[in-house]
Formats: sequence, C-alpha cells, structure tokens
Amino acid sequence: MNAPFQPDVIGLDRLSVGAQARVSSVDWATLDEAEACRLRHFGFDEGVTVEPLHLGPFGKDPIAIRVGRMTVAIRRRHAGAIRVIPLTQ
Amino acid sequence: MNPLPLVAVAGSPNAGKSALFNALTGARQKVGNYPGVTVERHSGRLTLADGRPVEMVDLPGAYSLEPASPDEAVTRDVLLGKQKGERQPDALVIVLDASNLDNHLRFALQLIELGLPTIIALNMVDLAKRDGLELDSKRLSDALGVPVVETVAVRRRGIPELQSAIDDMLSAPFCGVHEHVKSDLIHLQRRAREIATAAVVSETPVRRWTHRLDAVLLHPVIGPIILALIMFVMFQAVFAWSQLPVDWIASGVAWLSGIASAALPAGFIRSLVVDGAIAGVGAVITFLPQILILFFFILLLEGTGYMVRAAFLMDRLMHGVGLSGRAFIPLLSSFACAVPGIMATRTIDDPKDRLTTILVAPLMTCSARLPVYTLIIAAFIPNTRVVWGVGLQGLVMFGLYITGIAGALLAALVLRRGVLKGSGGGFMMELPKYQWPPLKDVIIGILTRAQIFLKRAGTIILGTTIILWALASIPQAGPGQKQSEVSIAGHIATGIETVVRPIGFNHDIALALLPAMAAREVAVSAMATVYSIDSPDEPASANRLRDQLRHRWSLATALAFLAWFVFAPQCISTIAVTRRETNGWKWPLFMVTYLFALAYLAAGATYWIAVAAGLGGT
Repeated sequence: MNAPFQPDVIGLDRLSVGAQARVSSVDWATLDEAEACRLRHFGFDEGVTVEPLHLGPFGKDPIAIRVGRMTVAIRRRHAGAIRVIPLTQ
Repeated sequence: MNPLPLVAVAGSPNAGKSALFNALTGARQKVGNYPGVTVERHSGRLTLADGRPVEMVDLPGAYSLEPASPDEAVTRDVLLGKQKGERQPDALVIVLDASNLDNHLRFALQLIELGLPTIIALNMVDLAKRDGLELDSKRLSDALGVPVVETVAVRRRGIPELQSAIDDMLSAPFCGVHEHVKSDLIHLQRRAREIATAAVVSETPVRRWTHRLDAVLLHPVIGPIILALIMFVMFQAVFAWSQLPVDWIASGVAWLSGIASAALPAGFIRSLVVDGAIAGVGAVITFLPQILILFFFILLLEGTGYMVRAAFLMDRLMHGVGLSGRAFIPLLSSFACAVPGIMATRTIDDPKDRLTTILVAPLMTCSARLPVYTLIIAAFIPNTRVVWGVGLQGLVMFGLYITGIAGALLAALVLRRGVLKGSGGGFMMELPKYQWPPLKDVIIGILTRAQIFLKRAGTIILGTTIILWALASIPQAGPGQKQSEVSIAGHIATGIETVVRPIGFNHDIALALLPAMAAREVAVSAMATVYSIDSPDEPASANRLRDQLRHRWSLATALAFLAWFVFAPQCISTIAVTRRETNGWKWPLFMVTYLFALAYLAAGATYWIAVAAGLGGT
C-alpha cells in the first residue's frame, strides 16, 4: 500500500544554485500582465529545464537563472511564482 | 515621386540588432522620437549595389508582438502600420541570435506570419561556434520559408550578402500583408523549439566564457568590489579627462567674445551677442566633454553586457526605495551632472521606474554645486579638526552629499507611493553574453548623444539664457543708478526677496538666485558682480568675495543657503533635458515645483534652527 510517488514541488526561489529543475507550473495569477508576459517571453513554461546560476549580493535577490539557452535575472518574488520539480542527477 | 522603400530591422533585445543596423547604414543616422512616447526612432540609409537608396528603420527590441513595454508596443504598431509618424515598412530584416534560437525564433515566426517580404539575419554565428553550437542555415531557411543569411554584425561579416538579399527582396513582386491574429504563445514557442533543434548540426558542450566571467563579476563579494572599482575609474575619467577640453572651450568662448566685442559697437546689440548668445552657448557646451566621456563609459558598459550585471548587483538596494537596479548608473552619473544622468535613464524599460529616476536625479550632488559649496564652506566653516584626519569643512561637504542622497531616496520612496504608484515592470532582464563592442558603434552612439544634447537642449538653454540676460539689462541704468536695481531682474529680485526673507535670504542672495537658474555655479560670479558694484576699483577675487560674505551674512543665512542648494532645481539644462526626455512640460514643472518646495523647507528649517541656536548674528 504505497502512495503514488509524489515529487516535491517547490518554488524556483527555493532551488539552490547549480541545481537543475523542471518547471511544473507557473502561478500566473500572482503576476501582473506585463510581468507574466515577460516571463513567457523568456520561455518559462511547463516542462522547461531551469537552473539558478547566481544570487544577488544583497538578500540573495535577484536571481540569475538559466532557462533554455538564455540567462535571465528575475526577482525572488517572481521566481516564487514558478513551481519546479528538482531533478536528481 | 515615390517615397524610398522602407525596410525595418526587427529582433529581440541582445540579438545584435543595433550593430547590424549600424553595419548596414553607417554613421549617418537620424534619431528622433516617435510622437507621444519617449521611444527613440533610429533611421538611416542603405545604398544598394546599383545605387538605389533604401530607408532603414531600427525598431526597438521586442520579444513578441504582445507588448510588455512601450518599446514593444511601438515595434508592434509600426509593423502593423498603426504607428503615428511612421508608414508601414515594405520589407523586414529579422535579426536572430544564433545561440539563442529557441527563444528568438518565436518572435520571428510571429513576424513571418505577417506576410511582409522578410529576410532572416542569423547573427552572432561566431559566438555560437565559440560555445560549440553548429547550425545549418539552409535547413533553417527551408523550415521558415524565408531566406537566411549568416552574419557577424560587429565584425561586418555577411553584410554584403545581406545587402544583396535585401535587393532581391525589394525587386520581387509583393501582394500585401496579412492581418495579425493574436497568436498562441505556447504553441509558437513549441514550434520555435522544434525548428531550432532541427537546425542544430552539432553541439559540443564547452565551458562558456560568459559563465566563467560571471562567476567572478557576479560573485557576492568580489562582484560589488569590481563594480565599485569600475565606477571609481569612470568618475576619475569624467573629472580628470574633461578638465583640458573644458578649458579649451572656455578659452575658445573667451576668444570669440573678445572678437565680437571688438567688432560690434558698444551698446545693446553687443551686449545681446556677447553677454547673451555667446555666454549662453558657451555655458552649454562646457557640459559637452563630461557628457561625451560619461557616455563613452556607459556605451562601453552597455555594449560589453556589463551594464545589466551592474543592475543585477544593485537591484536589491534600489528596490528598497521603489527603483530598479537599472536606475543605479543614471543616478551615479548624476553626481557628475544630472544632464547625462537623465539622458542615461533610457536604459530603464519601465516608464514609472524611469520617470522616478529622472525626477530624483537632480538631488544627486552634481559638480556644478561644488563651486557654491566650496565658497560658502570656506567663508563660514572654521577649518578645524574634528578627529584625527577629519576636518570640519570636509565633514560639512560630506554632509551635503549625504543630504542629497537621502533626499533622493526619500523622494523616490514618496513618489512611488504617490503620483507614480504601481509595481512597475520590476526587474526582469536577460543577461546577454559578454562581447567587445566595435569602436565604431561606440562612436556612433556618442555622436548621437552629443547631437541630441546640442540640438534640443541647446535651443531651450540658449533661449532662456537670452531671456535672463534681457531681464538683467532692460531697462538700461542711467547715470548714478545701479543696473542691478533698475533692471527688471532687480525688481524681480525684490519680489523674490519678500518670499525668501523668512528663510534668512537677503536681497543680494535673491538677486543671485535668478542668474543661477542658468547654472548653479553662476551664483558665485553673480554675487561677485553684485558686491563689486559697491567698490568697483578693487578687483573682484574669490578671497575678497569670501570676506564680503563673512561681513554681510550670518552663519544661519550661510547654512540656509547651503541647504537651499542641496535641493533647488537651479539648472536650466536639467529642466530642458527633462522636458525632452519626458516629452512635455508636465513632469519638468512637477520636478521644479517639488524641488523648490523641498529647498524652501530645508533652508527654512536650517535657518530657524540655527537662529534658535544663537547663530543669527553677523
């Protein structure tokens, strides 16, 4: 009687530097239209692999994230709206 | 006569669009604004092999036809033929970053759907190769159904091929554009990824240059230290390198006014030309060396990709007062001069962030305040030591800088809660790959800024200087009368005096405040003029002026005067540039009003407290 395997879904803001993860969903409702639009433009959508690369020196904000072939910087608050499943190497 | 064919260059930010545009059109570019918005329009001319000219327009960088910024809205409207002040392009060159195809192809697919004759410039193929990515442009062309030309715009590679492709495209018959239907972004993105993956010949993972550099430049400890060093070098350069050209300009202006004085008969016309026009233009162009040097650094930081990293490092601190990291460099530049600082706010995407930055930039202590601060401090603050190595005079100077910064942060905070309320675009930026920008592009950028400054701000500054001159010279004083009292300016000063008397300012200060509107440092020479009237035999010198001030002002008045200059928007150039950058009089008027109100309150509070402390006597 095992419960079906439930991978841990966390906010992208909680993923540590160098760890890879797959985007499971994006909470578009917490973002305003322009912010949501920009995140889509950067290529954040379900199934994409992401990896935090650098953290800002003050309060670890913003976060530089590799998404596809791009590196983008977004604030911690926006990263929290992106839900990811960490990939185990 | 038919207008020239219009070809638009479009692409995502960081695709190397401007470099490609520069390579196609050369240095002769026209820069203007699209009507009603502060989005720059860059246009230039391309001459085809047979000598036919083509007009090229460089559209603002965009990620898609669904705009997330005013820039992107302009790009969409131009492409759909809905933008005021621009006809619909006849053809399109889409610039793509070869190493970021998965993302950039989405926008390209949207653009191709419009049905305009289109060419793809597959740009930065060299950087892609450096990163171990090999692409097949033939395969890409087949998948997209449009010609693809490989280019390296910064090295001018592939440009002749692109030109002949543009020629072919314009010669082919063309049957009208399609209506843009709002596209399904997710679907487009998937198709873009498929096409991008199919175009890859081989990919060898290599440790990328950019990542290695970022490990150092974005390091939480080393990163900010390097940023501080770069800023230090930049400021040293702005002050040190500009000294010589500023001196040349000053002596050039003096030479010119000497010639004009000799050539024209004494009287009204000579005074207008020498004291009005030449002095006014002279005052404006002395700003030019600093502006050019500062923009050299800004363009270099922009072009190499470091600017975005600086914004990344500073974003958290700026965010605390409702600004974005992008505001850091413009505000820092304003310590040299608010004029280039405000011009540099163009790198801020979000309109509210940008406006807030423009409105607080004049609070940064610019170099024009230094002569005023130095004079007053030398006259009134005793040169004593507070602790070892720290003098009281230096401490007061430092305090004035800190007051300015604190004022700016506070003003930003209040503005963001009040008139400019809203979350804004936040901070979402692509960190582009590092690369070395071609010197030619940097020079084109500097010349463009110089042209904007001289042409637009110059006309307004010249006009106001002449008005100020007229106020000070009309009507002309008769024998036994003082020009400073008879003139309209003298009467206005009497009016100003009634307003500023409560904060401790006398008639002399009121008289100096008016010409100081042209530029702050003029306050010093204006007061020297006023005080030399009483004893015209003695040569006016800084030392004598200092003694005169000590004699006539109380310490409370002097401190109030300093507090006034921390906040007062006494600089026509700044107001003129704000008008240009915000496209109207509304925001410059708002800026002038709130800054004068702050200056009045600060000077008043300083004066009243100082008088209460017993410093009101001369």
